[in-house]
Amino acid sequence: MRIGIACPYSWDVPGGVQQHIRDLAEALIELGHEVSVIAPADEDRPLPPYVVPAGKAVPVPYNGSVARLAFGPISTHRVRRWLKEGNFDVLHVHEPSVPSLSLLACWIASGPIVATVHTAMRKSRILLATMPVLRSALEKIDGRIAVSEAARSTFVEHLGGDAVLIPNGVATRRYRHADPLDGWPGEGGAGKARAGKGGAIGFLGRMDEPRKGLAVLVRAFELLAPGRPGLRLLIAGPGDADEHRRSLPPELRDRAVFLGEVSEEDKVRVLHSVDVFCSPNTGGESFGIVTVEAMAAGLPIVASDIPAFRDVLRGGEAGELFATGDPDDLARAAARLLDDPARRAELSVAALDAVAEYDWGTVARNVLSVYETVVLGRTTVGITQ
Amino acid sequence: MTWTIIVLVVLALVLWSFYISWRASRLDRLHNRVEAAHTALDLALVRRAAAASELASSGLLDPAASLLLADAVRRVRQVGPAERDLAESDLTRALRATLGDPDFRKEFGGGKDAGFQVAADQGAGELVAELDAAGQQVFIARKFYNDLAGRTVDARRRPLVQVLHLYGSAQQPEFFDMDDAMVGEKIE
Repeated sequence: MRIGIACPYSWDVPGGVQQHIRDLAEALIELGHEVSVIAPADEDRPLPPYVVPAGKAVPVPYNGSVARLAFGPISTHRVRRWLKEGNFDVLHVHEPSVPSLSLLACWIASGPIVATVHTAMRKSRILLATMPVLRSALEKIDGRIAVSEAARSTFVEHLGGDAVLIPNGVATRRYRHADPLDGWPGEGGAGKARAGKGGAIGFLGRMDEPRKGLAVLVRAFELLAPGRPGLRLLIAGPGDADEHRRSLPPELRDRAVFLGEVSEEDKVRVLHSVDVFCSPNTGGESFGIVTVEAMAAGLPIVASDIPAFRDVLRGGEAGELFATGDPDDLARAAARLLDDPARRAELSVAALDAVAEYDWGTVARNVLSVYETVVLGRTTVGITQ
Repeated sequence: MTWTIIVLVVLALVLWSFYISWRASRLDRLHNRVEAAHTALDLALVRRAAAASELASSGLLDPAASLLLADAVRRVRQVGPAERDLAESDLTRALRATLGDPDFRKEFGGGKDAGFQVAADQGAGELVAELDAAGQQVFIARKFYNDLAGRTVDARRRPLVQVLHLYGSAQQPEFFDMDDAMVGEKIE
């Protein structure tokens, strides 16, 4: 198939939507399809061969902050030309309700259009959804995809019609193998955990956001560490570590390693430096991508019993669930895993199996079925006159 | 002898009270003028928002630009006095980004191969001109208001006014700071 994808945000700026589009495009190309992505981009920077730049994004106030978006006569002209020359079988726009290229593409194009919504639309934006010019552009969407339940409600309530739920993919191959960090596993790290001794527990995420649950893990570590010589804690992510460090008794402080923010590469190495991965989130997760990444690394998981994790861990088959916010229960569950290498191996296999569902290859195939559904009996994508 | 002194003292007191009364009424007038200037600024802002709203729903701009403008106008209408300057500044930025785009100015005048529907050319021209004028009015009204506010604040600070509390219950006017650089100016 010839697939045209519209990206509303600057390609050179890191962001969830851009990352998603990049991964999707590459997965589709790997499956043998022709893909072209139009996105605002700085033409001086090198771009992947499948990206067509549509000019620089302009910083404008939108939705309570400053967003870099592409609109106006030049962007309109570029989108029009891209659609004319592309001769696509299907147009796939992302975040169509954001005032940028995706919306312009919907407006200009005729033919099969699929849209993916990444974020839930706030209730305050309902009024805007009733603007005629916006409505008529969005009504042309034939196939709707949402990456989360919350995003799906946007379609159902505001943009008319139900959407297929296809969560974000994870490039599982990237996580499968890596060298541990320098100095790890050492005495207390991957593979060294056995009954009553050694081992390491890992955590990735914002240290100072209470809902990420690091405090719960630190308390559990305090309970586990005295009776388990060599046990260490390895933590990476943005935020201020001081409070957590100070909350530990002095004799345990050097057994908890706080790395701060790390690169993508090092993130994978962190995962391969520990025996067990902990997701102690107390709430607010719609998907739990960090947990999925840890599973893709083949790690046994111990996670709070919140719906997102219960889902991803197949109700406890692919990982241990503990009572949300309860350090004692977490300590018990972690101890069980640290003492039992056979159980860890079992969970590792189960995790890798569960995570295949989220692999980008699988996700891309699901997206393709949506494409195939909407192109049935239709002409290729053209422009309205 | 004592009579002369008494008469002189009484005269001085009378003159002094006339003077105070005169100062007070000057201050009073200043407060009234500042309030009137504030009303004028308010009206100019409201007119600008209304014109922007009309442009957003006119179909002259592409849907993305229309949405941006409508979003900025909506915020201006919803926000409380504490955040008004921020919301109005954001509207200015949205106007600059859409209306101030030199390609918009060029294309909508030309018409052929326009990337958007063009309403009756006269109607379009009028809308844009109205918006330009509204923006200019905001700029001027704000300048006048801030000038008066400054003078009022200075007048209130004078020692006599402070000691005798001559401003009574009149509120001290606040400056209104916002980004209102006129549409069409190149701001980087």
